[in-house]
Amino acid sequence: MKNKLVIYIAVGLALVLAFVGATYMYQSSQKAKLDFLATEKSELFVRDHSPRYGNETAKVILTEFLDPECESCRAFYPVVKSFLNEFEGQIQLVVRYAPFHQNSKIAIKALEAARMQGKYWEALELLFYHQPKWGSHHDPKPELIFEYLPQLGLDMDQLKKDMEVQKIQDIIEQDQKDLRALSVRATPTFFVNGRPLEEFSVDALHRLIKDEVSKFYK
Amino acid sequence: MKNKSQALILLCWIVALASTLGSLFFSEVMRFPPCVLCWYQRITMYPLVLIFLVGGFQAAKTTFAFSFPLVISGWVIALYHNLLHYKIVPESASPCLEGVSCSTVYINWFGFLTIPMLSFIAFSILVVLLILLRKDIKSEK
Repeated sequence: MKNKLVIYIAVGLALVLAFVGATYMYQSSQKAKLDFLATEKSELFVRDHSPRYGNETAKVILTEFLDPECESCRAFYPVVKSFLNEFEGQIQLVVRYAPFHQNSKIAIKALEAARMQGKYWEALELLFYHQPKWGSHHDPKPELIFEYLPQLGLDMDQLKKDMEVQKIQDIIEQDQKDLRALSVRATPTFFVNGRPLEEFSVDALHRLIKDEVSKFYK
Repeated sequence: MKNKSQALILLCWIVALASTLGSLFFSEVMRFPPCVLCWYQRITMYPLVLIFLVGGFQAAKTTFAFSFPLVISGWVIALYHNLLHYKIVPESASPCLEGVSCSTVYINWFGFLTIPMLSFIAFSILVVLLILLRKDIKSEK
């Protein structure tokens, strides 16, 4: 009986240790891969087509892979905004798309079409604000998007036409390729000058931004 | 190990624990989202870790009675999942209506070891071990 218990404990420990070891190895290999990509393939984080917010010459680039239909992205929006204000002039936000939900692509197309009319950030804020209604997971109503957007003074006929242009399709496809290359599997995913968050939290994001800012600005 | 039954149950436990940790590695460390069928297989695999652990210290007959229904259920789901994976059953006949597709290929080691295949192998090993266990229990009577 005692012998058997010892065998079970030993085997259990060995397997759990193997799990922990494999986790550690996987994570450090992922980190090495990201470090490599951040220095050698910086275009994965910033594409010319991506919407940008903030100083054009800022040295700190905050890349956010977001989905207009994702609740956490909505919750993080005010946080990101406050960080952009806090480090104004030193940081630039680059929005990348990670369409992980059912109606993400409709929302993204509408956003990009609004961008053509110079109302991108207003539209993003509006869609986040109303997200619980149009993006509800139990009862999504993507058609509501077109009831909210007119209040921004957009030409809706033009917007609907623009939504179908190839350029927007290309943006979505490129972003999806890049997010696969970067193993982005959750939204929002942040990179600050190509560096990933060590843990998913507001504090960790703030720390990472501050660290990068202090490298370039004294 | 005193007798064959107990060794078989220990082996079953090792298979169940390794499968559980392996599936958690895929979902929690590598962040592959599990599809619906994977969840059904997990539902039958995870409790086996505890059943075989406790069962190692109980009558082999009892352990067999509790574990066999779970193992067979898991084996059937894994079989179905692989048929889907290899397009023998069309995807439209699958229960994956939204979210992650059950036929998305995440890993493919050595050209044949996909995640559903790993699951099928694990459940098949358990089926074989339990059949051996059953024989051993009968022969002891």
